[in-house]
Amino acid sequence: MAVLVVADVHGNSIDDSTHKTVTAALAIGSDVDILVAGENAGDAAAAAAKISGVRKVLHADDASYAHRLAEPFADLIVSVAGDYDAILKAAATTGKNVMPRVAAKLDVMQISEIVSVDAPDTFTRPIYAGNAMQTVKSNDAKKIITVRATSFKAAEEGGSAAVEKIDAAGNPGVSEFVDENLTKSDRPELAGAKIVVSGGRALGSSDAFEEYIMPLADKLGAAVGASRAAVDAGYVPNDYQVGQTGKVVAPELYIAIGISGAIQHLAGMKDSKVIVAINKDEDAPIFQIADYGLVADLFKAVPEMTEALG
Amino acid sequence: MKILVPVKRVIDYNVKVRVKSDETGVDLANVKMSMNPFDEIAIEEAIRLKEAGAAEEIVAVSIGPEKAQDQIRQALAMGADRGLLIKTDDTVEPLGVAKLLQKVVEEEKPELVILGKQAIDDDSNQTGQMLAALLDWPQGTFASKVEKTDGKLNVTREIDGGLQTIKINLPAVVTTDLRLNEPRYASLPNIMKAKKKPLDVKDVGDYGVNVSPRLEVVKVTEPPKREAGVKVESVAELIEKLKNEAGVI
Ligand SMILES: Cc1cc2nc3c(=O)[nH]c(=O)nc-3n(C[C@H](O)[C@H](O)[C@H](O)COP(=O)(O)OP(=O)(O)OC[C@H]3O[C@@H](n4cnc5c(N)ncnc54)[C@H](O)[C@@H]3O)c2cc1C
Ligand SMILES: Nc1ncnc2c1ncn2[C@@H]1O[C@H](COP(=O)(O)O)[C@@H](O)[C@H]1O
Repeated sequence: MAVLVVADVHGNSIDDSTHKTVTAALAIGSDVDILVAGENAGDAAAAAAKISGVRKVLHADDASYAHRLAEPFADLIVSVAGDYDAILKAAATTGKNVMPRVAAKLDVMQISEIVSVDAPDTFTRPIYAGNAMQTVKSNDAKKIITVRATSFKAAEEGGSAAVEKIDAAGNPGVSEFVDENLTKSDRPELAGAKIVVSGGRALGSSDAFEEYIMPLADKLGAAVGASRAAVDAGYVPNDYQVGQTGKVVAPELYIAIGISGAIQHLAGMKDSKVIVAINKDEDAPIFQIADYGLVADLFKAVPEMTEALG
Repeated sequence: MKILVPVKRVIDYNVKVRVKSDETGVDLANVKMSMNPFDEIAIEEAIRLKEAGAAEEIVAVSIGPEKAQDQIRQALAMGADRGLLIKTDDTVEPLGVAKLLQKVVEEEKPELVILGKQAIDDDSNQTGQMLAALLDWPQGTFASKVEKTDGKLNVTREIDGGLQTIKINLPAVVTTDLRLNEPRYASLPNIMKAKKKPLDVKDVGDYGVNVSPRLEVVKVTEPPKREAGVKVESVAELIEKLKNEAGVI
């Protein structure tokens, strides 16, 4: 079976989620190609070619792919779809935006956010905020799939696939990029970080996030996350939200500070290897899934922890 | 312009679902059902566009059981003008929903369809994008801000890493993210008034589209359980355990 992985390209590099999606693809079929679409993205294509297990890289270079607009990007994927039995992309915001558009154009029902490949046509995915796991068998001839990257190991480096240039598919010209306002941070990226320190409504202000959460995160070399309540209140940017409708993370260590543990939040972090909760309410639901719980006032405990980590 | 807003009847977000012991699905008997939270945001956005003079009429549509009329009535009580229920007791997948909505769009000719980004039951996050594809319309997904300017829509989108603003032609499909607005509560007088607003009821069969499922549900199971761990007494004990027991710092 021939499987296409659509890479997550940022600027001129590819995200680690691409490597993880390749692992899922290899569980479906052994002929795995990668599509790299971008503007001046030659280095990204070269990086994709180094992923072990990859047969070849298709590289489409055009200004219309610079900002991952759904309409031209979906048309490009559809233009190469004929050669593949399955097409996969990580379930990050670009994949979620583009892949259902591809699926509908091909008259296929997409399988969203798979966490395992049980057979080449059978997949498991969380539903109801991860309170149930649904195993589905697809009866479509072509499988269109988004992949929950945290559930798959990254494919190794060490490949040397050929890079083949392909034509752009044209731009329907119904959408245009205006601007992008990206959060600048020297901290690790949330989705792939080994340690995540998250704060909730209890912080009470963005100043408190700066004063209490950030120094602890920096001591640990951690990424910073948040509950929806903290994001809605404007303490941190939107893309810090962890949960059912935010980002899904699965770090080695997740520290939830002043977060109650609503199911929507748990959906985004309960696959973390070790979970720590700091909360002053000993009955907070977060303690039911925490490996280590500390019942304490965060405004005392967190500075103490930052200090002790010296 | 006319705005179409699809609203889905789903399990209330506060309910903790239980998987049925025969692994065929989750138990929906006697649980509280509500409008999908993202669809409340979609209705609210449509009402705000209307209040700002950018839209004239809002039509709420749901595909689901007879009881989905409750959710349409809620949309009408919030401020939508008309409702349409496309009745079925079967599960219709996002692709099927998108195909039915395509037919509704052909009939109603709205210039804008606003959907939720995700239904909190199937967590698919597909329907809006699929509808846009079937109609060959542009899409502004995961919107945190929508503005109509010179015949086009400026949509600010929540993306990984921050925010992206795009300009899309009309007609268009928009899907809502959490920060787009805070939906209003329907007042009692408006709930009463909503009872008199028109609500059409049709049958899935009336639309002549094949909506039979493409995915066969093999089983629905409990997620792996996480055992509660231990409570530590102090920060010092916590750090000691993270270093020596868990080995993660
Ligand atoms: C459609 C929908 C989607 C959603 N998606 C998400 C999502 O993706 N992610 C998400 O996180 N939520 C999501 N939510 C929201 C979710 O239901 C909860 O409302 C939210 O997670 C609560 O955030 P919180 O834990 O920070 O706040 P709260 O529930 O208010 O908890 C605050 C906690 O802080 C503790 N506390 C207070 N003061 C202190 C102190 N001084 N020291 C220590 N502890 C203290 C309290 O005991 C409490 O447990 C969603 C909701 C809906 C309806
Ligand atoms: N049965 C339905 N009836 C009406 N709208 C629906 C239905 N299913 C999905 N939608 C719309 O599509 C959005 C996304 O749903 P989904 O793709 O299932 O996650 C929802 O927020 C609704 O706006």
